[in-house]
Amino acid sequence: MSIQVRDITKTFGAFTALRDVTLEVPPGDLLALLGPSGSGKTTLLRIISGLEVPDSGQVLVHGEDVTDQPLRDRRVGFVFQHYALFRHMTVFENVAFGLRVRPRAERPSKAEIRERVMRLLQLVQLEQLTHRYPSQLSGGQRQRVALARALAVEPKILLLDEPFGALDAKVRKELRTWLRRLHDEIHVTSVFVTHDQEEALEVADRVVIMNEGRIEQVGSPEEVYHHPKTPFVYNFLGNVNLFHSRVENGKAYLGNTLIEVPKTGIHDSREAKVFIRPHLLNIERSQNGRTAFGARILHLNPAGPMVKVELETEWGDNILVELSQDRYRTLGLRKEEYVYVSPKEFQVYAEDYSI
Amino acid sequence: MAGATTLSVHSRRRAKPRVITEPAWLRRTLILIALAFLGLFLVLPLVAVFSQALEKGIGVYFAAIREPDALAAIRLTLLIAAIAVPLNVAFGLAAAWAIAKFSFPGKNLLITLIDLPFSVSPVISGLIFVLLFGLQGWLGPFLREHDIKIIFALPGMVLATLFVTFPFVARELIPLMQEQGSEEEEAALVLGSSGLQTFWRVTLPNIKWGLLYGVILCNARAMGEFGAVSVVSGHIRGRTNTMPLHVEILYNEYNFAAAFAVASLLALLALATLALKKIAEGRVHGELAGDTDSTAA
Repeated sequence: MSIQVRDITKTFGAFTALRDVTLEVPPGDLLALLGPSGSGKTTLLRIISGLEVPDSGQVLVHGEDVTDQPLRDRRVGFVFQHYALFRHMTVFENVAFGLRVRPRAERPSKAEIRERVMRLLQLVQLEQLTHRYPSQLSGGQRQRVALARALAVEPKILLLDEPFGALDAKVRKELRTWLRRLHDEIHVTSVFVTHDQEEALEVADRVVIMNEGRIEQVGSPEEVYHHPKTPFVYNFLGNVNLFHSRVENGKAYLGNTLIEVPKTGIHDSREAKVFIRPHLLNIERSQNGRTAFGARILHLNPAGPMVKVELETEWGDNILVELSQDRYRTLGLRKEEYVYVSPKEFQVYAEDYSI
Repeated sequence: MAGATTLSVHSRRRAKPRVITEPAWLRRTLILIALAFLGLFLVLPLVAVFSQALEKGIGVYFAAIREPDALAAIRLTLLIAAIAVPLNVAFGLAAAWAIAKFSFPGKNLLITLIDLPFSVSPVISGLIFVLLFGLQGWLGPFLREHDIKIIFALPGMVLATLFVTFPFVARELIPLMQEQGSEEEEAALVLGSSGLQTFWRVTLPNIKWGLLYGVILCNARAMGEFGAVSVVSGHIRGRTNTMPLHVEILYNEYNFAAAFAVASLLALLALATLALKKIAEGRVHGELAGDTDSTAA
């Protein structure tokens, strides 16, 4: 079922958490709300769920206005950041809770509840642990119990608040792919909150990037990564080198080096920002007529799939370059060496945008 | 408390490096002083109560307890506790719930007010009720007209006890509920449970040991309260005498064996309370530990 959020504003005292946020989630989508802490993403999620009431604006689920609907009638599945499992109930009881508290007329029979809970526990691969208590489970297992519990009420929409936030890196990756597969299987419209860009780009169908209570950009992971609309998005999605520059006659200055600005309607400007991702910078031994600027190598870190090279540019800024291991070996780089750096791709933002 | 004792046992087993412990003679002296103090002020009186009570034989002891006035005092004490404790449980739950799970103006004032009975002398608390409900009090004429007796009767004694035992349940629950937060309640509500269902199925089970702990303390104080109840009781033998008041009357009449016999019952209550408290205390720690340590894992 689709979710529509219209002109939502929410303040907490003097702090404005959301300003006029409008968003649409098509049915069956898995959408990520991505942003730094304090960007309003969790507040938006809680407003969609009904745990928080907006100051103004509307939430529609499947075309129906649910803004003033009481929580218990909304049928949303919500997975809390710290799972919020009922600590005095077993795994089975936790998952069964949503069915047990239904009014008698709607409540399934005991046998039905049992069957449904067991089916869900199979889905999340926990059928062996039905009699355990939450404190006896690992973080990943708890997370899956929380998910099964949320799914037990057959929610119209599924909302997840930092679903992998409290897990260690390895379990996190496993659960990530697992959640993606699960979503493809059950296909319930889902929204999850994360501050981890890698997670958002990898799992979601669509990514919403939020900053200071506003939506910066909505798009597929590919779109937002390769065509960031604002400096903030560019900056937030992965490592980036920032160059303070100016644009003159369609050319931007990197120190004393001029680079050709692609024709995207950027006018001459005294101050502009040039963003270049570390892997889109190349290191050369000689300038050789290329568009390149000089830099001194400060630090080399060859551990990992890419070699990270920290350099100081001729005008004194520190930048980061990522090279393939092959290229690194061919060049035979050493600390303190003077080399030339040439940009392969970059993005220029004139100063009327602000970060 | 429980945490501290297990810690010290632990550290003794793994002898600490000498640099961070005190010299042996100092440690022993400190322990000795503490034990001597405990013996002198706690154990000795307790032993004295029971030995005095049984001084004239077990027959006299039971006769003193079975005496009609003593029985009346026991009944009255139980009755007052039976009224005051449930009322304070209800109040304590409501106050702790409001303070721990919501923010509202005047919250800090409420927290301070809950502590008031701890800081006011019980005699004063009793006098407050005399001023309010006594014959010369504010509501005196009204009460007399309608033939309602509060002072020197059961209602007054219940009120005084309520006032004095006011903080016990709330004080115990507030930190526990604050620590647990309201995520589990939110989860229950999202899953479609009503407010009442959430309370019975989620909130109450999570705080049951803390609640029991508060009830035990509240009950002990309700049964043992002397000052406040003494002011509003009127000391009518067989009618408005609670156990502590009865002990005093017997003592003033030089009826030591009987006084100590009834006192020994109160002492037994104290010992039972202590044992129950110890058990509940451990479980409260369990309630707290339930989810907090594991989120980090």
